[in-house]
Amino acid sequence: MKFRGKVWKFGDNVDTDAIIAARYLVSSDPAFLAAHCMEDADPDFMKKISAGDIIVAGENFGCGSSREHAPIAIKTAGISCVVAKSFARIFYRNAFNIGLPIFESRDLWDAVSDGQEIEVDGDNGSIRILNSNRGPLRIEPIPPFMQQLVSDGGLMKHIAKKKA
Amino acid sequence: MGMTITEKILCRHTDLKELHPGMLINARVDIALGNDITAPIAIAEFRKAGGLKVFDRDKVVLIPDHFTPNKDIDSAQQCKFMREFAREQGLTHYYDVGEVGIEHALLPEQGIVLPGDLVIGADSHTCTYGALGAFATGVGSTDFAAAMMTGEVWFKVPETMKIVFSGKMKKWVSGKDLILYIIGSIGVDGALYKAMEFVGETIGQLSMADRLTIANMVIEAGAKNGIFIPDDITKAYVAERAKRPYSFYNSDPDCQYADVINIDVSGIEPQVAFPHIPSNVRGISQVGDVKIDQVVIGSCTNGRIEDLRVAAGILKNKKAAPGVRLIIVPATQGIYKQALQEGLIEIFIDAHAAVSTPTCGACLGGHMGVLADGERAVSTTNRNFIGRMGHTGSEVYLAGPAVAAASAVLGRIAGPEEL
Repeated sequence: MKFRGKVWKFGDNVDTDAIIAARYLVSSDPAFLAAHCMEDADPDFMKKISAGDIIVAGENFGCGSSREHAPIAIKTAGISCVVAKSFARIFYRNAFNIGLPIFESRDLWDAVSDGQEIEVDGDNGSIRILNSNRGPLRIEPIPPFMQQLVSDGGLMKHIAKKKA
Repeated sequence: MGMTITEKILCRHTDLKELHPGMLINARVDIALGNDITAPIAIAEFRKAGGLKVFDRDKVVLIPDHFTPNKDIDSAQQCKFMREFAREQGLTHYYDVGEVGIEHALLPEQGIVLPGDLVIGADSHTCTYGALGAFATGVGSTDFAAAMMTGEVWFKVPETMKIVFSGKMKKWVSGKDLILYIIGSIGVDGALYKAMEFVGETIGQLSMADRLTIANMVIEAGAKNGIFIPDDITKAYVAERAKRPYSFYNSDPDCQYADVINIDVSGIEPQVAFPHIPSNVRGISQVGDVKIDQVVIGSCTNGRIEDLRVAAGILKNKKAAPGVRLIIVPATQGIYKQALQEGLIEIFIDAHAAVSTPTCGACLGGHMGVLADGERAVSTTNRNFIGRMGHTGSEVYLAGPAVAAASAVLGRIAGPEEL
């Protein structure tokens, strides 16, 4: 599990209304939701990003509503993974359940700026900042059960596999 | 080692003899809940995974309360999709417009959730039911889909933070003020991943409505669940509602808490959370001159009969200030009818309030009270994020029903003492 892309930074307590505003919850179409991803935090977000880019955020990313539309919007927008100092718990569950890779790093936020390229290596638990002389940063290990969810392709596929 | 009430309820829903924080478990659910925003994704996932019948038609609950009565064609389509699924599955607990209420007010009122239950809901404010001494937590649509299929959900057993209330509450102070005060003290991630257990001598002064309000907003501190130990008030509340057996649990004397926070409530005044985060809390005496355009009294946080009584007591023989739109939303049809019988609705209408059928609409900027650029609202709801109730240039100030009603009359944020 390796992800390489440009960084887009957000601060602490990015709530799910900022990730996908409630006015768009009249639909659960992933492409529609993705078109409005992060709109209330940065109206130009979808114009700026390219496929594979990475959201880097502060504490408590995804707080607030339980709307799964939030990780769906991020994933469908083409964001490869989210690295935050910490995640709100429902968002954390939802991300693993739908197969959006997320990682916790205490140090990355201060070490990068918008547009910088990084490589996140989920297998060996490290992040490399490209074109920088800074050594690799450590990411928090993902609990084995969550790794299983990711490798099975999300919760529903995990359950189907267990039943089979 | 003993267990907390949260650990005990989780444990009784597994085949384990005991469990402790950090353990990963699969637990059986008593009630699994979805609404018109979250259920459509869950139903699609359920079908995609080959689901034919839900695990128990008495235990899967669908409540169309967010964008209802249907606010536009898209939301009407989502409601129709959910309604057809509810009919096809023969769900016992599906309530449509005319019977429906805001989910977290309706389920306790109807005795659908009970003490000792393990409840998951695809709605973050599912934590409300902890007021009854149940384990209840919000999840996403996929977790709800999995629960509909298997009757089980995975959990990491949370650590528990104990909040000990002491002292007597001042006049006009309610459960809303206590929970805003706590969120202001510990921050929006102050209880991240944890259970918040509320105990202490003050609890006996708290009505079930106050407890439901407090448990409702523990998610705003990042908590997994909030919980009260059942007492005589709980017993009286559920005795007249329950249609199935239930269990009272208590924490063991030798259980382990991750943190203990002591709060003397006697010094707490009515609280207001300023934009744009629920932890940006000030006492009413520190608010200053903040002019407002709209007041909303309602929601799963503060739309119960007790809240409406407080508001009516303040609004009686008064009118909303010119330029202030006052919107009052009884949270269920039962509450609406009760308010009508008690004469509260007449007081509201005489005060120039728009009284609405139950809906979550205004709280999340859906419909029935969306804010324009630059507008300010005082709201008894639970979130004041940027754009939460409308335009990203609008502002939401969270408060209890007493401050909301007084603010409506005065046209600025104010406490009832000023009237």
